[in-house]
Amino acid sequence: MALSRLSSRSNGITRPLSAAFSRFLSADTTPITIETSLPFTAHLCDPPSRSVESSSQELLTFFRTMALMRRMEIAADSLYKAKLIRGFCHLYDGQEAVAIGMEAAITKKDAIITAYRDHCIFLGRGGSLHEVFSELMGRQAGCSKGKGGSMHFYKKESSFYGGHGIVGAQVPLGCGIAFAQKYSKDEAVTFALYGDGAANQGQLFEALNISALWDLPAILVCENNHYGMGTAEWRAAKSSSYYKRGDYVPGLKVDGMDAFAVKQACKFAKEHALKNGPIILEMDTYRYHGHSMSDPGSTYRTRDEISGVRQERDPIERIKKLVLSHDLATEKELKDMEKEIRKEVDDAIAKAKDCPMPEPSELFTNVYAKGFGTESFGPDRKEVKAALP
Amino acid sequence: MAALLGRLCRKLVFPGTTHGAKRLSTSACESDTVKSLNLYSAINQALHIALETDPRSYVFGEDVGFGGVFRCTTGLAERFGKNRVFNTPLCEQGIVGFGIGLAAMGNRAIVEIQFADYIYPAFDQIVNEAAKFRYRSGNQFNCGGLTIRAPYGAVGHGGHYHSQSPEAFFCHVPGIKVVIPRSPREAKGLLLSCIRDPNPVVFFEPKWLYRQAVEEVPEHDYMIPLSEAEVIKEGNDITLVGWGAQLTIMEQACLDAEKEGISCELIDLKTLLPWDKETVEASVKKTGRLLISHEAPVTGGFGAEISATILERCFLKLEAPVSRVCGLDTPFPLVFEPFYMPTKNKILDAIKSTVNY
Repeated sequence: MALSRLSSRSNGITRPLSAAFSRFLSADTTPITIETSLPFTAHLCDPPSRSVESSSQELLTFFRTMALMRRMEIAADSLYKAKLIRGFCHLYDGQEAVAIGMEAAITKKDAIITAYRDHCIFLGRGGSLHEVFSELMGRQAGCSKGKGGSMHFYKKESSFYGGHGIVGAQVPLGCGIAFAQKYSKDEAVTFALYGDGAANQGQLFEALNISALWDLPAILVCENNHYGMGTAEWRAAKSSSYYKRGDYVPGLKVDGMDAFAVKQACKFAKEHALKNGPIILEMDTYRYHGHSMSDPGSTYRTRDEISGVRQERDPIERIKKLVLSHDLATEKELKDMEKEIRKEVDDAIAKAKDCPMPEPSELFTNVYAKGFGTESFGPDRKEVKAALP
Repeated sequence: MAALLGRLCRKLVFPGTTHGAKRLSTSACESDTVKSLNLYSAINQALHIALETDPRSYVFGEDVGFGGVFRCTTGLAERFGKNRVFNTPLCEQGIVGFGIGLAAMGNRAIVEIQFADYIYPAFDQIVNEAAKFRYRSGNQFNCGGLTIRAPYGAVGHGGHYHSQSPEAFFCHVPGIKVVIPRSPREAKGLLLSCIRDPNPVVFFEPKWLYRQAVEEVPEHDYMIPLSEAEVIKEGNDITLVGWGAQLTIMEQACLDAEKEGISCELIDLKTLLPWDKETVEASVKKTGRLLISHEAPVTGGFGAEISATILERCFLKLEAPVSRVCGLDTPFPLVFEPFYMPTKNKILDAIKSTVNY
């Protein structure tokens, strides 16, 4: 699975892979057991073990993919400042471990639905850099044909249901998807992601109640980066133990900066959900950027805090240390990999820049499945400017 | 108690025919000190005055404590304390419901919804609880002290969820009032009226103008009456009706039309519910033509209500069909925003074709 993911990421453009990677493409999947950084804290269930089964290939893939995600987000930052990306842009750097750990534990038949901080999750679901940058810049080749923008990435083939601007609204949707999966006996689950700010939305509790009542295979994942926009969690929630707020629904608190902890938790959650119904996962994570590109991110938290997290808990650094300590690659090889990634991202941006904007007629498409006969007139009532298709 | 500021002091030409307006005498006008303020500062001033003059008024919403995402609530928490100006968690339905309860106890609850696009979870509370409270309790209870403020409208790059104009949904609800200011001076006076009005009010603020619009705003406490439209430009050939940020666009279209010899009368509706039918009727009876413009999609937009009412009242005086230059019937788009918006040229074209009908 790691192999096929790798080849899909090169977008059909063959480029020489870094030495470390090519070395391990042909290597057997040497099993490695990794201990998670912290034990899991459980609510109404028995926590999974701290020992995570992995392999050398997986470790390297984790590193590469997370580095790609990180590079992509930073490139998006520069593009936004250059006004090539307009509107709103919410970056995920710092939280990559959640996206990658989750992907490692599930299949493309399992559904993921999230809010607006969706670039990396889209990439993890098999999206390409080209689709990402095209969509961000509003081009035709974007995953939503340029009509959605940063907050609305979707990928039907990989069961990625987006990409939602209104916080909390995606959670009842996730429960509905879970119902459909259960009904069709897909043996698949739905991960509905939301943030610590959205955790206070009423519809979340409505969705939880329904899922628990009907034993739906829904996994509610709170990506707790501790700030709802600019509001710290303790100022918005009476109880910031989000994994416990399901009350009668079991929960697990996970170190969201540790990709292996995330993987273990998601695997555990999937098994649980298929048998027993909903479960809440709280990912203790952190975002380096502000809420969005209009937020410097430093008015409500100190720079020391941000750099402290970067030093102590950075998810990519952790994987890098593991790779080095298991002798899977040398420092130089990893640096080469990062250079390759940088080039890949730059190439994708250049390709996306060349892509055309959607046709003006696209303004009217897909409002309804088929037109309802509405016409848009110019100033002269007798002249029909456009008919909705 | 409502002191209407002498509009003689303002830059835009002030015509005479506003229905039932009370005028301030010139002597009072001369003693006003004015300051050049933008929209968010004017609103901020209004909020300061509201909290100062009524000890039982409160401002709350998401992130209002530090000043709010548009800086409308700057300085309030520092001056009036965290018990009167406070942040709420992210739950619009809860916030508005809570505000209704607070207002029912005789307080002035000034709720901020961060973007009008997020007001929908609170729609049930506004329509079913706030609007009907006085009616269904036989006047035992009311939530008149409730004022909901929300930034609305296009901002150039807002996309689907930071640009919507939901005023039409609320205009369909008897029991609440809907008010939209066009400029800083109007905003301050109107907001104070809304806060002090004994009915629940939804106050939409055109977010595009928060920084863009700058005007001389008097520093004292003044109120502009609700349900009174204002003729901000007199003319004879066609009446244009609008509100909020769209008026600036319409004004430019009027100036262009004037170069082609068409004299336009421009009316700012200000209060959409209940709206000043008399002023618009009087104007259309004079000009014989009506054009309405708003950012919200044309189908079911508030322009439809104005059109139908004027048709009933002025049928025989109309020289041409009522024209509506509005947003298109699509979700508010991202890259297509320039095509979607009712621009100056679209309005100008419509003015010309209506006049030449």
